[in-house]
Amino acid sequence: MSKIAPVNRRDFVKLFSLATGGILLGCNISTDKKEFVPTQNGNFTPNLFVEIKPDGNIIITASRSEMGQGIRTSLASAIADELEADWKFITVKQAEGDAKYGNQNTDGSRSVRTLLAPMRKMGATAKVMLIKAAAKKWNVSELDCIASNHYIINKKTNDTLFFGDLAVEASKIPLPSEDAIVLKKVEDFKFIGKKLKSVDLEKFTHGTATYGIDVRLPDMKFAAIARCPVTFGTVKSFDATNAQKTYGVNKVLVLDRLIPPTGKFFGALGGVAVIADSTWAAFQGKLNLDIDWDYGENSTFNSEEFKEKLSKRLLEKGKLVPGSKGDVDAAFKNSNKVVEATYHVPFLAHAPMEVPNATAWYQDDKIEVWAPVQDPQTAKAEIAHFFNMPIENITINVTFLGGGFGRKSKSDFVVEAVALSKKMQAPIQVVWSREDDVQHSFYHAASAQYLKASLDKKGNLTGWLQRVGFPSITSSFKPLSDYASGFELGMGFTNNPYQIKNFRLENIKAEANLRIGWLRSVVHIHSGFGNNSFVDELAFEAKKDPVQFHLDLIGKDIENQKNTKNSYNPKRMKDVLKNTAKNAAWGKQLPKNHGLGVAIHYSFYSYVATIVEVSVTNKKVKVENLWTTIDCGLSLNKDNIKNQLEGAAIFGMSLALYGKISTKEGAVEQHNFYDYQMTRMKDAPKIHIDILDKMHEPPTGVGEPGVPVIAPAICNAIFNATGKRVRSLPLIDEGLV
Amino acid sequence: MSKIISINGKSYTVDVQDDMPLLWAIRDIVGLTGTKFGCGVAQCGACSVLIDGVLTKSCSMPISYAIGKEIFTIEGSSKNLEFLREAWNDGNVPQCGYCQSGQLIAATALLDSLENPTDTDIDNAMSSNICRCGTYSRIRKAIHKAVAIKNNAI
Repeated sequence: MSKIAPVNRRDFVKLFSLATGGILLGCNISTDKKEFVPTQNGNFTPNLFVEIKPDGNIIITASRSEMGQGIRTSLASAIADELEADWKFITVKQAEGDAKYGNQNTDGSRSVRTLLAPMRKMGATAKVMLIKAAAKKWNVSELDCIASNHYIINKKTNDTLFFGDLAVEASKIPLPSEDAIVLKKVEDFKFIGKKLKSVDLEKFTHGTATYGIDVRLPDMKFAAIARCPVTFGTVKSFDATNAQKTYGVNKVLVLDRLIPPTGKFFGALGGVAVIADSTWAAFQGKLNLDIDWDYGENSTFNSEEFKEKLSKRLLEKGKLVPGSKGDVDAAFKNSNKVVEATYHVPFLAHAPMEVPNATAWYQDDKIEVWAPVQDPQTAKAEIAHFFNMPIENITINVTFLGGGFGRKSKSDFVVEAVALSKKMQAPIQVVWSREDDVQHSFYHAASAQYLKASLDKKGNLTGWLQRVGFPSITSSFKPLSDYASGFELGMGFTNNPYQIKNFRLENIKAEANLRIGWLRSVVHIHSGFGNNSFVDELAFEAKKDPVQFHLDLIGKDIENQKNTKNSYNPKRMKDVLKNTAKNAAWGKQLPKNHGLGVAIHYSFYSYVATIVEVSVTNKKVKVENLWTTIDCGLSLNKDNIKNQLEGAAIFGMSLALYGKISTKEGAVEQHNFYDYQMTRMKDAPKIHIDILDKMHEPPTGVGEPGVPVIAPAICNAIFNATGKRVRSLPLIDEGLV
Repeated sequence: MSKIISINGKSYTVDVQDDMPLLWAIRDIVGLTGTKFGCGVAQCGACSVLIDGVLTKSCSMPISYAIGKEIFTIEGSSKNLEFLREAWNDGNVPQCGYCQSGQLIAATALLDSLENPTDTDIDNAMSSNICRCGTYSRIRKAIHKAVAIKNNAI
């Protein structure tokens, strides 16, 4: 984009001249206010681009990474809809990592939330310009012209002009003012809210999509790295004789740990690297290394002992968390019944199908990277920091991501590739083995929580105490961050979907002895499991129907509530629950050994309710049916949302059934998919997804909100079927799989 | 250690050790990257190819085994694979897409051996392929759809 000069400096959308003719519009999206805002100093930095070429092709730049969430299609569809484009002319180009694109960090289920409004406005602006160009050409009033399916039509004469044929003329039209831009009504949407297929289907079904691991450069070498089994352990000494002799191995070298400065970046673990002619040779050479490690201070970390340690801490009062209210002690004292339970979730690894990998080429004064990264700008900033390279001399090409789930928002694997390329003076592709991925992740933290609640004579909840602890993500940035941060507790703990008068939340200490990171839906996995399991226990103790008990706890509608995306609305929570109960025929007679379980959760501003039907045969659980309803506000691409929720169900099942990373003397005990198992086709239930029609609400999160409900709904269904309560995940450890 | 292998009807001369898994010869030496690495231990199916029509996890099969045989990868084309591709498109199956090469090859092997697989047949045939995005119900539907497309085409 560097060759483009702005021709018109006003407003939020900008027009650029193109050497080839045609329109190029850019707009600036503030990542703070999440909408169109003018820049303060008048310097206009566009970060979203729409290009209309004289041949009619429309090229839309996707600023966010594609990792299966369908963002490339979603971005394009909003623009194409307002523009009245013909879908077959749309091409999506992946943006490189650059600050000019605004915040590119693809996490937090927020791409559509933040980008929908500006995308629509861009499309509408381009449409007005094409209409003006046509009106000028025909010498008629703009009011006589409409845009339809890549043509401007003269309503009076039925003459038509192709978008491509107007592109050059339109680029000379002054940018229309803000008030000339009228967005379409919901009823008139052609793509938004419809079922649109992925723009990348053809590539995916022919093996031609380029993921990071598919990048091939001339004279590129492959690298595998042996990392210390214990987090932050170091190389004491090593014998490379056998590794050097391995067929195809070029060189063995030490890679020092790159320690990030406090407060930012991820650094890299370091180890011994093997450079070779093929990935296989690098893997073989690595196996032939003989390394004496200094395991360091994490070598006493046993996850089972840690679980016990947290359980003990749950017996004592923790730090009071702001947001607590009322007097739980009085409520407990005056109650009819008190119920207590403790829940555990183990450490988890993301295990995206494409392992972490990156290709880097360090040349004297510049660094170029090709990598499957969720957060290319952090990768760039890390490289600038660790290699003392001006940021403008670094290029990050974002490839397709073969899954991300949070793992690829950390750029440790990118930094490794750059460090090795610098040493080797050649393009290097670092490829992690699956064992590397399982054993050196930024793990989803293990958690322990103690819940205590009181019921009155009618079985109504009167008090709720929740004491929770898990190693904080903050520990990856600041050593000795032993308590959860506010943003973590804000994921379903301080803001659970219930109206509780006496509520007390406490946080207990939980130190980190592994690298901790975010994994699809993050802390909501803990809060969703604890809250929903406990509510189900309370319903049982109160002798009430679990769905009705949930509805009572969600409570009354809040009158005159402004329905903005940031305000939780109990009515919307109740609506998704009622809808799911209806779809699942809650209350129906079930076959013998079958059970139904329910869970609700509010996350990333979306409302989700799930009901699961399990069967239990010979003490083994099978998930038979799964119903999920989501209210995610405006649904941009319904089929994609459905696909995301189907996927979230399977992802949630994997963690419920099998998900557990454990350590012994600091080293992760799992290796690969045979001992860190995933849900497979034979386990997959019939999944029934429903999306509530909320086309007039702002769009809210989609990628993550379907996950937190799955494990508790399954466990509640198991209780319903068998009377056995599962309070510690995964089910395989309880002998239920 | 020069040897000739045939992939999708085309011959390639590769100079690798006999025990290099076929996957890495295809990806790193021949340069066809549609076949994916997922686990390296025949657990996930991302590396699935057909060798003389037999479904094979190429990450765990030495290249020496494939010499003199015909290797079929996602870059290839067959009647059943094309029916499946159409069905995959119709059902908007992929999310990240990474495992789908292996899924399509495994499904091709299934349709090559069974004309009209049941859900159970599909579950049995496809359970050695992991999709971390969780597109299983769409894959199941798409395989049935491919059979329907095939039957209509005849």
